Amino acid sequence: MKGLSVSKAVTALMLAGLVLLPLYSYLSGNIFILTLFTRIVILALAAASLNLIMGFGGMMSFGHAAYLGIGGYSVGMLAQEGVGSGFIQFPVALAASAVYALVIGALSLRTRGVYFIMITLAFAQMAYYVASGLARYGGDDGLTVYNRSDFSGLVNLSNRTQFYYLCLACLFGVIFLVWRIVNSRFGLVVQGLRSNEQRMQAIGFPAKRYQLACFVISGTMCGLAGALLANNTDFVSPAVMYWTRSGDLMVMVILGGMGTLFGPVMGAVVYLLLEEFLSQITEYWALIMGPLLLLIVLFGRGGIMGLLGRVGRG
Amino acid sequence: MLLVVEQFLNGLQFGLLLFLLAAGLTLVFGIMDLVNLAHGSLYMMGAYFAATFAAWTGSFLLGALLALGATLVLGIVLEMSALRHLYGRDHLDHVLATFGLILFFNEAVRLIWGPAGLALPLPAWLTVPVPILPGIHYPAYRLAIIVVALLVALLLYLGVMRTRIGMLIRAGASNREMIGALGINIKLLYTLVFGLGAALAGLAGLMQAPILTVQIGMGENILILAFVIIVIGGIGSIRGAFLAAIFVGMIDTLGRAFLPNLLREVLSGAAASTAAPALSSMLIYLLMAIVLVVRPEGLFPASRR
Repeated sequence: MKGLSVSKAVTALMLAGLVLLPLYSYLSGNIFILTLFTRIVILALAAASLNLIMGFGGMMSFGHAAYLGIGGYSVGMLAQEGVGSGFIQFPVALAASAVYALVIGALSLRTRGVYFIMITLAFAQMAYYVASGLARYGGDDGLTVYNRSDFSGLVNLSNRTQFYYLCLACLFGVIFLVWRIVNSRFGLVVQGLRSNEQRMQAIGFPAKRYQLACFVISGTMCGLAGALLANNTDFVSPAVMYWTRSGDLMVMVILGGMGTLFGPVMGAVVYLLLEEFLSQITEYWALIMGPLLLLIVLFGRGGIMGLLGRVGRG
Repeated sequence: MLLVVEQFLNGLQFGLLLFLLAAGLTLVFGIMDLVNLAHGSLYMMGAYFAATFAAWTGSFLLGALLALGATLVLGIVLEMSALRHLYGRDHLDHVLATFGLILFFNEAVRLIWGPAGLALPLPAWLTVPVPILPGIHYPAYRLAIIVVALLVALLLYLGVMRTRIGMLIRAGASNREMIGALGINIKLLYTLVFGLGAALAGLAGLMQAPILTVQIGMGENILILAFVIIVIGGIGSIRGAFLAAIFVGMIDTLGRAFLPNLLREVLSGAAASTAAPALSSMLIYLLMAIVLVVRPEGLFPASRR
């Protein structure tokens, strides 16, 4: 039980830090840190959505960045066509992600294991090429979002602090949802399928339908992250869907601790801060990051959450 | 007619190159059960080595041979230092660790060769057009790629099916504990197989280098195509990889060449020119989706699975 309390304490500390960050940024006048953490919170949301299928559902999707692009392009394309209202943009982003997840999931879930990894990867790459081919929306060069989503005075996305808190609220909302899902009957079935699909099927659960539903929920959540990300960068390009992005999201989940509620958030914070830190030391930061990943895989079972658990147990 | 023959040969040539890449990937997966994302990095390293060695020695052929050796050695070193420890681990671990290796290789290349791409110029005797049919000429170099790749495919087939090492490799694929118990040095065998896969990737990279520029990340896009091929062909099956690679190479090349004109027949000009680039790059993924619906295990699944 003591192990649990250490990881709980660190999690609580991190969450408090995230909530109080704008205050620090205001007091120290460090605006950069707020921008950095807005990005971290958005990608943490994406990682949390990936964790739902990967950590709890056992579906190793290597194409999760596609939803970042779909959510982002929904916002960007609507903005370009003169639809600036967030009340339209965001639902469209979520719906588009859900539809994509439904189609891709229905096809990919016919396979398992390595096939599933490769197929989700290939479909995301297809989405990347399709976006590159959209000449009307910038093609390869991407699309500038001139006006952030307009929520008619409810929240102002151009205000850094309000936007940050909107993203944080979305993150907490998604984590709450994941928590509710994981502990519901539906979530228990999905986790049962991860452990032993044949047995679950033998007791009469339609395995694929449960997994597909979970896949769609996860994709929709990640679409939300995409819509926020496009607002954060005022820009969306095919690069956001590139497969290394999906790899980044996977690394965040694993680094933090797969199948834990707050692990992905922890992973996103650590991974992106590390990236920021290393890139300030050297231009060739990936030269250190790459082997570091290898070492984490070789020696770091269970990610940061697992490590904290072990520290707690002594 | 000329265009059709030319594009057909281009498709064949691209397909054969993809086969060299996919063969290594599927061999390593089939035998060591290792998912190696860094396979594309070996392809890139092959191209960089070739460009460097060719510039040093002043000879394209000598440079290519040296590059082949260098990729083989690199593959062996990589296996012994890092990847060996991943055997028997979860596939997800493989994906992450080799993802880290990709980051490392891309950055190492940027550090050593700089961010700008390199060019690998062809010797004069490979640039002449060769008459293949009356009135139809085809570049000698592309023809050479087809010949070399076919030869390698044949050697690979004979090597795996007819030699003692090949027999051990097949035995290792079907039951690794058993051949270990029979006194075969399985570690050495794995290292050899990985080195072979690396050399095949390097060969594909160095042969592609004169056609495209040698640049960072060149292995990543083509790696995804190799994945599509082994999914279509059935993981672990070299025969499947061969047929699927030719198929994918053809469809991709012919699709890009003729789809725009075909679309223009059915759609209005503007709609066709918008849809064509997106559709032709989607083509092979659509093909993969169809294969998955009909045969989830791939067209030619390896018999042991």
